Amino acid sequence: MRAPSAHEAGLGAALLAVEDVSLSFGGVRALTNVSVNIHKGEILAIIGPNGAGKTSMLNVINGFYQPQSGRITFKGEERRMMRPYEAAQGGIARTFQNLALFRGMTTLDNIMAGRTLKMRRGFFWQLLRHGPALAEEVEHRRVVEEIIDFLEIAAIRKVQVGRLPYGLQKRVELGRALAMEPDLLLLDEPMAGMNLEEKEDMSRFIIDVNQHYGTTIALIEHDMGVVMDLSDRVVVLDYGQKIADATPDEVKRDKNVIRAYLGEPHGTST
Amino acid sequence: MLYREVGQYKTNYAADMALFPILQDRIGIAVILAIAFVLIPLSGNDFLLNAVMIPFLIFALAAIGLNLLTGYCGQLSLGTGAFMGVGAYACLKLTTFFPNVNIIVWIIASGFFSAAVGALFGLPSLRIKGFYLLVATLAAQFFLEWCFIRIPWLYNNVYSGNIVVPSRTLAGVPVTGPTATSLTRYLVVLSIVVIMTWVASNLVRGRIGRMWMAVRDMDLAAELIGIRLLRTKLLAFAVSSFYCGVAGAMLVFLWYGGAEPDVFNVDQSFISLFMVIIGGLGTMIGSFFGAALIYILPIALREVPAALGLPLYPATVEQLQFVIVGVLIIVFLVLEPNGLARLWQIGKQKLRVWPFPY
Amino acid sequence: MDILYQIFVGPFVQMATAPDLLVQTLWDGLVSGVLYALIALGFVLIFKASGVFNFAQGIMVVFAALTLIGLHQDGLPAFVALALTVVVMFVLAVGIERLMLRPLVNQSDFILFMATFGLTYFLIGFGQLVFGGNPKVMITSDLWLPSGAIQYTGLGGYVQFQKIDIAAVIITSIMVAVLAVFFQRTRIGRALRAVADSHQAALSVGISLEQIWVIVWFAAGVVALATGIMWGARSNVDFSLEIVALKALPVLILGGLTSIPGAIVGGLIIGVGEKLADFYWGPLMGGGIEGWFPYVLALVFLVFRPQGLFGERIIERI
Repeated sequence: MRAPSAHEAGLGAALLAVEDVSLSFGGVRALTNVSVNIHKGEILAIIGPNGAGKTSMLNVINGFYQPQSGRITFKGEERRMMRPYEAAQGGIARTFQNLALFRGMTTLDNIMAGRTLKMRRGFFWQLLRHGPALAEEVEHRRVVEEIIDFLEIAAIRKVQVGRLPYGLQKRVELGRALAMEPDLLLLDEPMAGMNLEEKEDMSRFIIDVNQHYGTTIALIEHDMGVVMDLSDRVVVLDYGQKIADATPDEVKRDKNVIRAYLGEPHGTST
Repeated sequence: MLYREVGQYKTNYAADMALFPILQDRIGIAVILAIAFVLIPLSGNDFLLNAVMIPFLIFALAAIGLNLLTGYCGQLSLGTGAFMGVGAYACLKLTTFFPNVNIIVWIIASGFFSAAVGALFGLPSLRIKGFYLLVATLAAQFFLEWCFIRIPWLYNNVYSGNIVVPSRTLAGVPVTGPTATSLTRYLVVLSIVVIMTWVASNLVRGRIGRMWMAVRDMDLAAELIGIRLLRTKLLAFAVSSFYCGVAGAMLVFLWYGGAEPDVFNVDQSFISLFMVIIGGLGTMIGSFFGAALIYILPIALREVPAALGLPLYPATVEQLQFVIVGVLIIVFLVLEPNGLARLWQIGKQKLRVWPFPY
Repeated sequence: MDILYQIFVGPFVQMATAPDLLVQTLWDGLVSGVLYALIALGFVLIFKASGVFNFAQGIMVVFAALTLIGLHQDGLPAFVALALTVVVMFVLAVGIERLMLRPLVNQSDFILFMATFGLTYFLIGFGQLVFGGNPKVMITSDLWLPSGAIQYTGLGGYVQFQKIDIAAVIITSIMVAVLAVFFQRTRIGRALRAVADSHQAALSVGISLEQIWVIVWFAAGVVALATGIMWGARSNVDFSLEIVALKALPVLILGGLTSIPGAIVGGLIIGVGEKLADFYWGPLMGGGIEGWFPYVLALVFLVFRPQGLFGERIIERI
């Protein structure tokens, strides 16, 4: 194990540790020897210019991509290969940059679908939809209704999500992820394309989730204001490499980070 | 205003999740069931029972089966005809080996054979999607069709190569074979179809239905919320084929009374797919609408010119039928890609606000 | 052990001891392969340029052949009938674009695909209404197509090559070459490829979708006509061709939906494969395995290479 850096020492135990992970697609390197720890209970922001490998990072964490080398330790268990559904069973939930909702289903069904893993009644009870199967359905409906209340989307409960405006779809997607009661929540640009008001709402939801449910959150975001306000810690990626890993304030002053975002200043490149 | 749901409050989640949460719908379904179980049998019209209602219900059941797979789980299939055939041949073998067991038990049980075969041919769905899967299901269609012709054991080594339905009785009343009345067969078909429709609607409203629809709408996202794709798809193939198998067994045992292998050819698969599309993908009621339109339309086409005294050859009528069905498919897709079921919803919405336009 | 011998050794012994039969089977397979490839080519043209999986290609073959024969029977000279049939295919393309594709623009692929089912049914009914449902004989000699056979003696027997088959192979090669050049080198070809990638992006750079669609459906219609003539020359023209034409689907699977060389190679593999299987292994299973063998072959293939022989590897993004 890599020794934790100074600023990580004060945080809780690592819920998830990514060590020396490399990923490439036919010669294009998406990630090069990246190591990131995500600690229990924190909000970690992953930032970087376009194409820096942020989404690839999340995809590696929840098993959608298999890295060529490196180790991933989740809840103390080390693994190399994992299918996405195994990640879901382990308690990793996820939202997506370009929405990955079930567009033909209602808001309610989308969020109920997030409860799939928690439901136990077998096929033959499902055929009857009475007794235990119905009781289970009602019990989970109650949980889902709480999430719906929390996200303030009660009015669109029975609307097909494909017909909803973008901002609301983002909320439904967050709701579906929350319905999984995850230990680790990965948010890929949760505020992309939102106006200020929507961003404020979404930030509030994220903080509430973190504080009330104690969910560990790793998020990718481009809006620096949001990143600085929300996150406990910031990891900066550039060209598939980690160039900074520190508190928001430290990252703001980091020379490498400034260079990555603004390019080399004239005259210093020699 | 006729179709008012205002004031019908639900005080618990179970009531909100009921099959027919609105009072008017409950009345409507009661009326339909009363007509189907009482009025139609009382009419005693043999043409209505034997040539319209029995095949309509059987095709509707096959359409429901395909709809579970295509409409709910998003897996295209052109193997419906063959899966129906598996049910029919399984039923024949079962009742040949165990002639004393109630034939209705075997009609249902033959669905399990169909389900197993369906799941087997569903295996490639893990790797392939969409049009490619369509071709994979065509492999099932043509291979099984070949089996129906080339394996004499399947049709009890009868010289003609056809299925010959033996007479079977239920509590002394003949249910299959030449002595069974249309009325008996109609009531058996109706009961099976009603029960299986109810079960299917249970299934699609619960956890399994949501898993199917999740796979249909976005399989990658489905996997990321913990749904195992292969299992879910195979379950859809199995359940779908079960329905088709039962429909196939009923088609031969309770309608034709005997069948050549080409009853289950690729045309049957196409017809079922049309029913599902025109009726509405992913809706139960749509399967009935689709079956009604595709099956009853040709009957009407045959009857109308005759009634008007127009001298049309039967061949011409059949050709016209193709033209009209083809045009209808295109027109429906242009006007309402979501099928008759969507029109039904729009109609209900209109009734809800009637007499006002909005 | 005996059954293993029959499956894994017997057929090869047969091939080695009677090379003339092997060559004949290979040639027959090659020729049916060319015809499958031609139908698949029509599919690929339309799929490449409009993303529509045109189920009606098979019936278009029948329709074109029937039109040609029908016009000739009405007393028109063969080549006038041929030219008129080309015009009919153009009218059909315009009609399809106006009445079917244009109202369905921006609908999902699935809906468009289903619409071509409707088109199939329409053409079956319409074709039978106009031309009758009876099998017809292709006007081979009027179109200056050769008949008869070349017999080659040797290989411990003799092998027959039908002249019409040789003509089919040559004409197909020419057509494929022309289409390949058309797609790769011309302005319209580039526009076609652009439309295939994205309807909206193509529209935004000023490509007319309507025009492109008419062109590809017309091109597919001409390919269908050529297929119909070749096919009709080997057997009668009737609507049962539709089922045979379905075999273009496994061809497409093998070759990939968007590749012209893929359609050709896929067609040849399926044609040769089914004839060999039917001739050497069919008797073991009671015969008639030609009907399903291509599909099972494609299915097995799909499981190992879902994108086809020439298709591009699909990287899924999310």
